[in-house]
Amino acid sequence: MENFINKIFSREPSSADQAKDRLRLVLINDRTDLSAATLEDLKDDLLEVLSRYIKIDPKSMSIDITQEGRQQRLIADIPITGPISRKY
Amino acid sequence: MSARVITITSGKGGVGKTTATANIGAALASLGQRVACIDADIGLRNLDVVMGLENRIVYDLVDAVEGRCRLKQAMIKDKHIPNLFLIPSAQTRDKTAVSPSDMIRLCNELRPDLDWIIIDSPAGIERGFKNAIAPADQIIVITNPEISAVRDADRIIGIVEAEEKGSPQLILNRLNPEMVKQNNMLSADDVVDLLAIHLLGIVPEDKAVLISTNQGTPIAMEDKNLAGKAYQNIARRLLGEEIPLLDLDKGIGFFNRISSVFGSGD
Repeated sequence: MENFINKIFSREPSSADQAKDRLRLVLINDRTDLSAATLEDLKDDLLEVLSRYIKIDPKSMSIDITQEGRQQRLIADIPITGPISRKY
Repeated sequence: MSARVITITSGKGGVGKTTATANIGAALASLGQRVACIDADIGLRNLDVVMGLENRIVYDLVDAVEGRCRLKQAMIKDKHIPNLFLIPSAQTRDKTAVSPSDMIRLCNELRPDLDWIIIDSPAGIERGFKNAIAPADQIIVITNPEISAVRDADRIIGIVEAEEKGSPQLILNRLNPEMVKQNNMLSADDVVDLLAIHLLGIVPEDKAVLISTNQGTPIAMEDKNLAGKAYQNIARRLLGEEIPLLDLDKGIGFFNRISSVFGSGD
């Protein structure tokens, strides 16, 4: 009963869900050898290169690694805010 | 006939490699297969006590590799099943006493007379592990529904795939269906989702495993409890039969009822 009440009133995810979420991040990290900090660096570099061609709002850009089977995928979502004026 | 070599490994220690080796060996042998279990954990001999054969050891794996005995002399016949054998590891040597090519040579010598060779790998990812996977046709990774064990299993799977040993199969050991139901334990689906390899079997947490290990009789020799049944199913799947995973909820109810009828004295 106590368990039931806790479940209704608390917003904390179950310990199994916590374990799964933590593992998901750890495994991506282990498999790619990319830490969160390195991913940030990658994002900055990517932004710098892309900005030469398109106009981007850095705040709306997201970059993530997702898992598909045993393969990791780098997913970047980069809204283009406008054209860049070309001089040539 | 040429034996198929299976290596059971995990990365993390204490998740049930040795118990799984003894039980899969016993289950295959009780189905009429000729089986040898090899303890590849040199310096930390364990499979002999789990199989209840510790008093029969004369020669070991290193004796056979170094030519102090013929390979047949290092094969100890099981007490219960005549077509089940153990090649024990050496207790007073270390992992460098055997090389991966020694293991391949040894298994090739054994293959013609057997149907299965089951190798119990040491924990870790060093020399002992490399020795254990070198001769394998198939690798089974065993894990518990526990965050550290799953992480190490993932690492092992990555190494096995990098060594081009094919995709390993998974055994999930010590699953507690009650805790899964309360959302306090990773479920089989969660673990398979994270590790993304084929699930060969689920072995529920079962007190009977420790009791049978105490007695030196692998639990898979009988099917009056869930863990024994789970290992028998794994053996049948290895033989190519299509056996559905145990319904653990139903199983527990059923086996509880049986043991409450007959008393729990066994």
